Amino acid sequence: MTGRAVNTTAARWRRTTGFLALLGLIAWLCADLDIARASPGAELLRVAKGFLAPDFFATEQLGQALANTLAFALQGTALGAVGGFVLAMLWQHRAIRGFAAAIRAVHELFWGLLLLQLAGLSTVTGVLAIAIPYTGIFAKVFGEFLEEADPQPERALPAGSDSLSRFFFARLPLIWASCKAYASYRLECALRASAILGFIGLPTIGFHLESAFNEGYYDQGAALLYVFFILIFTLRGWLRPVVLPLYLLAAVLWAPPVYSGNWQTLVRFVSHDLVPAPLREGHGLAGLWDWFGMLAQQQLWPGIWQTLVLGMAALLLTGVLALLLFPLHSPLFGNRASRLAGHGLLVVLRTTPEFFLAFFFLIVLGPSMLPGILALSLHTGAIVAHLTGRFSEQLTLRDDAPTGLDRYSYEVLPRISPNLLAFLLYRWEIIMRETAVLGILGIHTLGFYIDSSVAEFRFDRTLVLIIATVALNLAVDALSRHLRQRLRGDGAVPLPAGSGG
Amino acid sequence: MFVFENARLAHQGPAVFERLSLRIDDGEQVALLGPSGAGKSTLLAALRRQQPGLCAWCPQQGALVPMLSVFHNIYMGSLARHSRWTNLRNLIHPSRAQRHAVGLVAEQLGLTDKLFTSIDQLSGGQAQRTALGRAIYCQRPVLLADEPVSNVDEHQALALTRQVLDQHPTAVIAMHDRALALQCCQRLIGIREGRIVLDARAAELTLGDLDALYQ
Repeated sequence: MTGRAVNTTAARWRRTTGFLALLGLIAWLCADLDIARASPGAELLRVAKGFLAPDFFATEQLGQALANTLAFALQGTALGAVGGFVLAMLWQHRAIRGFAAAIRAVHELFWGLLLLQLAGLSTVTGVLAIAIPYTGIFAKVFGEFLEEADPQPERALPAGSDSLSRFFFARLPLIWASCKAYASYRLECALRASAILGFIGLPTIGFHLESAFNEGYYDQGAALLYVFFILIFTLRGWLRPVVLPLYLLAAVLWAPPVYSGNWQTLVRFVSHDLVPAPLREGHGLAGLWDWFGMLAQQQLWPGIWQTLVLGMAALLLTGVLALLLFPLHSPLFGNRASRLAGHGLLVVLRTTPEFFLAFFFLIVLGPSMLPGILALSLHTGAIVAHLTGRFSEQLTLRDDAPTGLDRYSYEVLPRISPNLLAFLLYRWEIIMRETAVLGILGIHTLGFYIDSSVAEFRFDRTLVLIIATVALNLAVDALSRHLRQRLRGDGAVPLPAGSGG
Repeated sequence: MFVFENARLAHQGPAVFERLSLRIDDGEQVALLGPSGAGKSTLLAALRRQQPGLCAWCPQQGALVPMLSVFHNIYMGSLARHSRWTNLRNLIHPSRAQRHAVGLVAEQLGLTDKLFTSIDQLSGGQAQRTALGRAIYCQRPVLLADEPVSNVDEHQALALTRQVLDQHPTAVIAMHDRALALQCCQRLIGIREGRIVLDARAAELTLGDLDALYQ
């Protein structure tokens, strides 16, 4: 502008946004966006009919599937919370933080695929597939709560108090309420995770949902989805701390997590199956190098590339959708009716797991990256829009503030940008994590190769591919944290709890 | 221009004014005086509600968008004059004509070298001058301002107030500085606990008369 230096805070945010948007645009150019199905409209019409006339009585064992979904989620969350709590107490150790980051970078479905080999289609598989990554997530969140808690009460304790008493008297009470709130939010996530574990064969609601949709029984599939929605929407009603032990007891009794497998299988899996084939067969390091080169060229690089392309394209669309959708939920725009409708839309989008959405779009549009991009951006866009809309409630505008587009662009957008961007960056890591797992549905991201290697019983490859997924996640997390710190330096407000995960 | 007859004015909760009767005519430049919490801001807001289309508004809080530049904050005074697409265009890339027009206002307020600096990097006084700039750029005949120069030093305050009053034949300005009120405005209204306790021509008043308001 006129050669005069522009030195505004908004311009600095615009540069960060521009950088991400450019990456996103490049990803869109590289992405495979074919609509493979000849007549997506006709298929969509059939799906819509199914959703208008759901059949609640066709699915046998619906009650059982529902009970399993609940039982896995409850046990997994409880176990994860306890594990995370223990790790959080040791949060000052770098090794613990690294360990927590690594186990939470592996998606529930990948843990499920691995555990299936050890414990088969059992409760143990379902519960651990949730509990292991959730331990890492809980550890991080509880650890950060502890870090941010006021240190004064502990300092004021009489000298010589033992460390356990210090913790329970002067540290834990400060964060207890936040921990409880976060755990209840996590249970909702666990219900989603438990449901989609059905896609790899576990007897939860996702199992029946997948077969119903795959066979074109959309009325049955719709009924299952409605039941799932009811379960989540009523969560606040039936999830009371007082009765939680009762629920847990019921969950354990309904689906006892007893390991019925053979311990030798476990030993063999770790000491034999996970060892790279050339080493197992005595081809030495040269053989290992060739093997890795082949794996990298055929699966690793293509998988990482596709995951990055899909993830970045989804991040861009997520940002655009969040910008378009947040006014629907903000008291600064629209009227009561529009806000109610907007709220409903956002709730449905963010309650439906992105994995379901992707599966659904794959049926309607046929295989390509497009279903994955749409699913991830609709789900995450709704979450970011919801959080941003809620943040905008705190803004007070002057009496003569403009309305409509002028209000949006001049008054609101500059004020919410840092928060929207921070929410988006927070979700970036989760988008990448979900992108990898979409491979199980046949989109060629890392999960596709992981799923195929499991099907071929080549677990040595599975291990390498999962490690690559973890590395990719950690790299994205580090970049996202770096960008967030830069934003915070520019005066962005810290995020409320529960905006992650 | 503005008329109240036994009006009840409230600001979120209990009434600030129970029975207010007041008349302000076209061409009057009025200073509102009184201790904090007396009801000055409430009265200004009520005045604005009577003539929203004629008033340039310069409130105390949340007045500016901190992360946008001085240019954009001044330009915002003209949002209602321009189409939404023009506004959007000027947000993304200001047009030559707008840069010139807003630049003139900024020059008059001594903000030329800060035109493309965001408000959160300015001093309180510079931010207040920007807020006045927006009111000026509204290009409306009536100015309603709430302590617009409280963060500016005395000499500048006088010059600034005179400048904006030159461009607004009718004005109601809430202020703390009694000397400034006497120097700039023809009519002074004193408020205390929701009542008008003083309403006189500036020429008939001395600083001593005004001190009584605050005791």
